Amino acid sequence: METTDIGLWGVPLAMLGGAIRVSTPFIFVSLGEAITERSGRINLGLEGTLVFGAMSAYAVAVMTGSPWPGLLAAALAGLCFGLFHGWICKFPKVNDIAIGIALMLFGTGLAFFFGKPFIQPSAPDLPAIAFGAWSDIPQVQAALNVNVLFLIGAALAVFLWWAFRNTRIGLIVRVVGDSADAARAMGLNPNTVRLLATGVGGALAGIGGAYLSLYYPGSWTERISSGQGLMAVALVIFARWNPLGCFAAALLFGGAGALGPALQSVGVTQGYYLFYAAPYILTLIIMIATSSPSRTLAGAPGELSITK
Amino acid sequence: MSGTHRKATGVETIGMTMRFGAFTALDDVSIKVPAGSFHALLGENGAGKSTLVKCMMGFYHPTSGDMLVDGRQVEIASPRDASALGLGMVYQHFTLVPSLTGAENLVISREKVPGVIDWRKERTALGQFMERMPFKLPLDVKVAELAAGEKQKLEIIKQLYLGRNFLVLDEPTSVLTPGEAQEVLGLVRGMTKAGDLTVLMISHKFHEVTAFADDITVLRKGRLTGTGKVSDLTHKAMAAMMIGDQPIAALDSRAAPKPDAEIVLKVKALKAPDRTGLKSIDIADLGVRSGEIVGIAGISGNGQKEFLEVLAGQRARDQGEVMVRGAAYAATRTEARALNVRLIPEEPLKNACAPRMTVAENIAFRTFDVDGNGKPVSWISAGAIKSFSARLVEQFKVKTASLSSPIASLSGGNVQRAVLARELTGEVDLLIVSNPCFGLDFSAVAEIRARIMKARNAGAAVLLMSEDLDELLELSDRILVMSDGALVYETPIAQASVQTIGEHMAGHH
Repeated sequence: METTDIGLWGVPLAMLGGAIRVSTPFIFVSLGEAITERSGRINLGLEGTLVFGAMSAYAVAVMTGSPWPGLLAAALAGLCFGLFHGWICKFPKVNDIAIGIALMLFGTGLAFFFGKPFIQPSAPDLPAIAFGAWSDIPQVQAALNVNVLFLIGAALAVFLWWAFRNTRIGLIVRVVGDSADAARAMGLNPNTVRLLATGVGGALAGIGGAYLSLYYPGSWTERISSGQGLMAVALVIFARWNPLGCFAAALLFGGAGALGPALQSVGVTQGYYLFYAAPYILTLIIMIATSSPSRTLAGAPGELSITK
Repeated sequence: MSGTHRKATGVETIGMTMRFGAFTALDDVSIKVPAGSFHALLGENGAGKSTLVKCMMGFYHPTSGDMLVDGRQVEIASPRDASALGLGMVYQHFTLVPSLTGAENLVISREKVPGVIDWRKERTALGQFMERMPFKLPLDVKVAELAAGEKQKLEIIKQLYLGRNFLVLDEPTSVLTPGEAQEVLGLVRGMTKAGDLTVLMISHKFHEVTAFADDITVLRKGRLTGTGKVSDLTHKAMAAMMIGDQPIAALDSRAAPKPDAEIVLKVKALKAPDRTGLKSIDIADLGVRSGEIVGIAGISGNGQKEFLEVLAGQRARDQGEVMVRGAAYAATRTEARALNVRLIPEEPLKNACAPRMTVAENIAFRTFDVDGNGKPVSWISAGAIKSFSARLVEQFKVKTASLSSPIASLSGGNVQRAVLARELTGEVDLLIVSNPCFGLDFSAVAEIRARIMKARNAGAAVLLMSEDLDELLELSDRILVMSDGALVYETPIAQASVQTIGEHMAGHH
């Protein structure tokens, strides 16, 4: 297969491919965070969960020789982190944001500690589906090489969107997130619901981490996450707590993140480093553009500590 | 829960007593609410009304006493037991989930909810249920978007949907317009007459009690002080049962208004965004003269709060002018001091106090940094703050353990007295007041209204925003109605009719 020069078309194509590739961890972390926040808590510790998930997935994949047990290990590790956060937060006068920050540092540190021996060996990758096989152009093939986790994430976003309206559990999560008093009047225990919602959110963030170490970039290093876990929190607010919005926003962030590498690949040699900052700048712009001194955030769960 | 024709439940308490430590909140109270009756429970704040109903509903476990439901003795250990017996409660503050639709709220509050909700089936069932109800409501709208009256109806409907046929209504009309209140209570009354429902209503509005209830029970300081048929009792007799022999502050007689008095507050073409940012408030023209009280009526959420925030300098305005005595007014501390503008916002503990600072400090907020001649001081004297506050506490009868208690430890009435002391001391040219008596008891209400009237008679221009129409009718010289962010109706007090004002409040014009 020879390289075809497709000129500047390479940029949007690489961005599309990049959006799909880079967005997957964002999708999982933000969907997890959306569930947690809809129940009325914020888990800022997802960054730590993500890194720990990446490490545990890689370690287990190395030891078993298959990526799937690794994925499961990451989800389990994330679940534990989430449950831990939820359990601490049930105590009175505990601030969920402070605990989140503590857990973020704890998760990252623990991952570095256990992850040292796994920096060298290589683990099997998660499989991808080649949707671009019809084309002879390698750039198209590369862009449309879609990992299964991306597809699962997309399906999950649709499912959650449906489930928040049409299932008992979905409605219960929304009730608890919007009014703890109403929940108690219905005989629900807000702490239990939030504990479970935080647990599930953590498990999803762990899966997001597994994607990082088992597919893209595809190895375990201590610099594996570049703040995806934190940005996903901003992304949930930007998406107005709507799972479909989270998916779209994750794609947007992924696309922005792919801008730097894409420009580099078409031969822009100067200043492309600036474009590596695109997702961070986008976060700032979005937060500023959607903020208002006189309006409350539409769609914000009423029990969130930041909107109360 | 549906299908079978419901029959009202009768409830009785015998010798109900509730002690919290050494404090007796409820002392040997027996009331009887026969099936299908509409019973009113009257009493001041702290008289034990909520304690009694909380014991009945299983939130509290009474120290002693028995409950009979339909003549049988029952043990109610939890709210769940109460609901199993068909007892339900509608709270003063809404318990609906704002971001869910009416239908979602109804379905999720059911005892058994299927894992996956078949909305087509549920909607059909809800449609059939609603056909049997005297209430008409949109169920596909988020509760947050419903008017207060609609929320109140939905609360009642929720209880009926859950199969409850004995309802405790806790001040059900405190957030409703007179029209809405009439409608809701009328419908509930109809259901009790038909024998479908028994109602125990906590209220302090005598005219509602007279119009809708069969019997009353009055509590004072945890004891039962009176009971009887509404038809046998006058308002005066009910008031006497409620407050005993305490003296009630009398309203000053209204000094004759001077139609040519100076216009102190002038608002012109004011536009400002409301809290959602989607709508705006729009005050075309408003003038308040010295020595008059201008009342602004309206259902909460129609822009009164935003208007007050603009006047208080808490909300930026898009355009328009606010003038006080001819000078542009932007509510800075300097301007407020120079023009003698005073403000009593609603929920004073939240909006006009620093809750954890002391009573003395809170009372001195307007004066702590100036000396006797209004010149700024460079050294703040704690002694001066103390002596100033001590004088005001004395004068306004603020009941506090000490001047250095945090103001949050005071009761609602005393917080309001402390704020009044601060705001009404010194020269007052313009007084802006919002819901000053919300949640306060009889004697505090009378006293606060008397103070406002006194300020008016002393020549202050008073702008009074209130959701309580009775209060506006009692105090105002003119009443304006605010609806959907604009002033839509004006009437002098002599020609004011509750009917017409209510219609304008509801936006029916």
